[in-house]
Amino acid sequence: MTAIAISAGPRPVWRRLIGFNMFTGILLAIVGWLIGNWIGNRFNQPSVVYYSTEAGANDIAVLLGYLFGVIGFLVGLGFANYPIRRMLGHPPTLAEHESEGEGAWRYFSLCTDHKVVALQYLVGVGIFFLIAGINAMLIRTELLQPNVHVFGANQYLSLVGMHGAMMMGMLTSAVLGPLANWLVPLMIGSRRMAFPRIEALTFWLLMAAGVVLLTTIFLGGFQTGWTGYQPLGDQGTTGYDAYLGFFALVGISMCLLGFNLLATIITMRAPGMTWSRLPVFCWGVVATSFLMLLAPPMLLAALLMGMLDRTAQTGFFIASNGGSAYLWQNLFWVFGHPEVYIVALPGFGVVLELLPVFCRKPLWGYRLAVAGMLGVALLSFFVWQHHLFVSGIDADLRPFYMLSTELISVPTGFTFLCAMATMWRGRIRFTVPMWFCIAWAWNFLIGGISGVLLSDVPSDVTTHGSFFSMAHFHYTIMGGLVFTIFASIYYWGPKMTGYVFNERLAKIHFWSLFLMFNLTFAPLFALGFMGMPRRVVTYASNLQPLNDWVSICAYGIGLSMLVFLFNLVYSTLIKREPLVGNPWGSKGLEWQLPTPVPVHDFDRFPVFDADPYPYGVEPTAEPALTGGGD
Amino acid sequence: MERDAQSGRARRLYGAIVATVLSCVVVGLYIGMYLTNASASASATQASSGTHLYLATVPAAEVNDNHPTWVSYYAVNADGSNWRHATTYDLPANSLVTVTIYQYDGDSGLRNPFISQSQGTVGNDFMLNGKPTQTIDPDTASHIFAVPQMGLSVPLQGVPDTAKNPCGNAPCTLKQDHETITFQFHTPGRGLYRWQCFVPCAAGFIAGWGGPMQTVGYMDGYIKVV
Amino acid sequence: MLWWLVTSVIGTLVVVFLLAPGLPPGNGTVEASGQVVDNTVLLGVATPVALGVVVFFIYAMLNFREREPGTLLDGPAIRGDARIQIWWLVASAALVLFLAGYGTIRMLVDGAGGGQGPAPIGAPSLSSPPLQVQVIAQQWKFTYRWPAYGGVETPNLVLPANRTVEFHVTSLDVIHSFWAYQLGVKADANPGIDNIAYVTTKSPMSFHVECAELCGVWHGYMFGTGHVERQADFASWIAQQQRQYAPVTKSLPPYALKYFPDPTRRGG
Repeated sequence: MTAIAISAGPRPVWRRLIGFNMFTGILLAIVGWLIGNWIGNRFNQPSVVYYSTEAGANDIAVLLGYLFGVIGFLVGLGFANYPIRRMLGHPPTLAEHESEGEGAWRYFSLCTDHKVVALQYLVGVGIFFLIAGINAMLIRTELLQPNVHVFGANQYLSLVGMHGAMMMGMLTSAVLGPLANWLVPLMIGSRRMAFPRIEALTFWLLMAAGVVLLTTIFLGGFQTGWTGYQPLGDQGTTGYDAYLGFFALVGISMCLLGFNLLATIITMRAPGMTWSRLPVFCWGVVATSFLMLLAPPMLLAALLMGMLDRTAQTGFFIASNGGSAYLWQNLFWVFGHPEVYIVALPGFGVVLELLPVFCRKPLWGYRLAVAGMLGVALLSFFVWQHHLFVSGIDADLRPFYMLSTELISVPTGFTFLCAMATMWRGRIRFTVPMWFCIAWAWNFLIGGISGVLLSDVPSDVTTHGSFFSMAHFHYTIMGGLVFTIFASIYYWGPKMTGYVFNERLAKIHFWSLFLMFNLTFAPLFALGFMGMPRRVVTYASNLQPLNDWVSICAYGIGLSMLVFLFNLVYSTLIKREPLVGNPWGSKGLEWQLPTPVPVHDFDRFPVFDADPYPYGVEPTAEPALTGGGD
Repeated sequence: MERDAQSGRARRLYGAIVATVLSCVVVGLYIGMYLTNASASASATQASSGTHLYLATVPAAEVNDNHPTWVSYYAVNADGSNWRHATTYDLPANSLVTVTIYQYDGDSGLRNPFISQSQGTVGNDFMLNGKPTQTIDPDTASHIFAVPQMGLSVPLQGVPDTAKNPCGNAPCTLKQDHETITFQFHTPGRGLYRWQCFVPCAAGFIAGWGGPMQTVGYMDGYIKVV
Repeated sequence: MLWWLVTSVIGTLVVVFLLAPGLPPGNGTVEASGQVVDNTVLLGVATPVALGVVVFFIYAMLNFREREPGTLLDGPAIRGDARIQIWWLVASAALVLFLAGYGTIRMLVDGAGGGQGPAPIGAPSLSSPPLQVQVIAQQWKFTYRWPAYGGVETPNLVLPANRTVEFHVTSLDVIHSFWAYQLGVKADANPGIDNIAYVTTKSPMSFHVECAELCGVWHGYMFGTGHVERQADFASWIAQQQRQYAPVTKSLPPYALKYFPDPTRRGG
């Protein structure tokens, strides 16, 4: 591997701005948007019936604007350089900003170091998580009263759609983006991902997607929720084009991320890292990546049809034109149900990875845990029509989907069994990451059991589309994903950033979050039982006390997140107490490396000769960092 | 060395404070964007003859409106002047209200012909250009003034395509071709009610249903009964 | 183990006897009562399972906590137990199969009030033909059409007591969902689709009608109140509606199970 020398010595800021980086990307994105818009407006003939007749509100112009804008953004970041160099006959290299030379500047440009991409992901996804969280606060503000009072009906639905789309779209990669990119090479003993440029591409595509979604505010918003049901979407203003463009970019990013992680885990394992020695977190990544690779193409098909409906007037979803409203529902949920497991499964992996460390025991039932996660991944492709139980699909299908949906609780139960049995006779240390893992079990238990009610057709008749289902998926996704993200940030964060987090603030964060989360979402089950449908700006006035309670507790969640944010900024930017050694006493390979982890991770490739959880056995079985060769 | 570390820390502290202030500003702007577009309100006029509300419907809003091509309701004076782009109407509770609508738009036709019969008005009918009417030809409907929560629904007939002096963008004058629809109804108790149009009248959107039909401030609004 | 038994028995009894009367959607109709039974059974089965996990976690957290902080003593290296795994698999699979089977049977008995599409597989046993009511969803209002009464269309819903009603739910524009909470009925309204749901009413009562699928800006305002009334009251109500809406009934399209309004109407 040849490293290209990068000019020595710091350059002045204005010199750095010239070149391939985020700022050039933004500039070229704006240029691309203008070009796309200009081309699109050539198509806006008044004879075309369905197009919006407004100046500057032409669907073709908006979609082409996004397309050219994203291309401009990627070119500005330098993604075109390598393919062009190769086409001109230059030898293959892997040098983009991998060396230490450019310091913090690496974070604002195309960087193929998997640790840099992971931190980019962490901050990038975090920003959108905060925006979506603000949306949630605004939604709850509107629901303080049973009638519209702060935001209008349009703005409320836009908020609901933005909250859902941003959380589901951007946070899909919240574990795989930052954690898997950072951890997988270190855990399997590789110096990099299989496709480092694709790794960087997934991050920048996701950021482009987030910005595309935000532009919907200027285009009238989209009043369809994150599911974007058609033909309601066909009626939407150009704000709905932002939704389509957003999910298309997210879908491509997800597909590439899953593909890259699978390829890495299959091909880049160090000597001795057999499949049965793979840390269980990596198995969670395998299961999730498998879904990420196979589910989004369905979504992309649906999005393409939506785009064609809105530009070429194909009428895929218009019944009067021979289309079907089921088409979107089916395609969306063929993607959408694996998607919710894409969100949940990494959490399984994180919890099972952390429990052995804090219980000081090997993972109990390793094979069962792996089978559980793969089983969930496989089954999740066969359950999507439970979202359509009352929609009037072929009635004969419902018993099958009822069975397949409930069957998912069997492999999910494996995860619980392994978690519980790992704790049995352990030496449990109640650190903040451990508390988050225990909270995960509580949240996911409630989420899972409420899911049984939704998977059963007679019960689903009442709970479907109500606040009950809303509470259910917040328990599984927020309680399942967000809690495990925090567990991982508190656990691996110090290793990733090199600085220790303030533990007192972390404890305040955990307890306030856990308490407020349950006080917020448990009453929502009751609201659903009492007949409150989802996504409504008004509700019966007798539901106001409960709704006010939920809103106030939701503000508590918001404050708790501010504590976390303060802790993150304070610990990593201001106080900067360096991490020393291996504070958790973990036997994972990533903790045996120096802090900060060197650019090339390993001086020599490690050789594995034992399973990944050698707790309670002779210390000789620790993964050997020395010995063996490249 | 010690001083370097301290000055570095101070720099980062200032940086964090500046970043916090900046993000608060950005968040404020972001929230502010959702607070826009509150539809203006207009009150019914009280006269010796009772409470009157005068409205107008036009094929296109004013030229300098955010959406100059969208159909819209307006609040006007009795003589058809003083056009205000308002779709929240304040009405007194438990009283008889007389609504007069000057309708300048052409016909579109209804998706559900059922709505071509007036409901919920006094006598279940309305005056179309001074003539008592109950139903109109569903294909000639231009707009509907409906408050579903009050059971109120009145069809507004379209100006024929043969009109000599049609109105385009608001504001229009009573000299231009229009239909005058008048009806009376009893307001219920206090509360916020929504009204809407039921005719797929949004030009440029699929099935005529999008844009102005889905945006409060054009073909949708509130009745605030106070 | 003992604690689990004790808490499970108490918890299940609480669910079955204290919670069940408050479970949705009440006992207004035969289908609604069926859903209450179903909810009770599901929660009754789920309670011991949930309590088992919770009791285990509390037990483990109390008994297996680190006694001497800071020493990093390892626990025993137990890596699994095939017998526990198999029993767990068998128990969870049995539970799941029972729940799925139970749900399927309940669904087949009377359709459970859910929308079943044009070819229902679960319908209440009928002695007389059911009363057909077409629910027409449109942005943003439900209207009701009565094929047995000259195809008259009404803005409100009144049903006769002690009668099986066959709802035919359809939409004129986008996807809506007809949710009559106290009736225990929910059926999506899709454009160009006839979605059938059954309900058997009991005694007179009022019920809420809401839209349960996001359908545009006034989705939250797409609600109303319906009534179940005695047979005689229903007869006089429908006769009055026929008189009042006689003028517009002439303009309505002939009664059909689905409607396809012209999508290009008022294109530009």
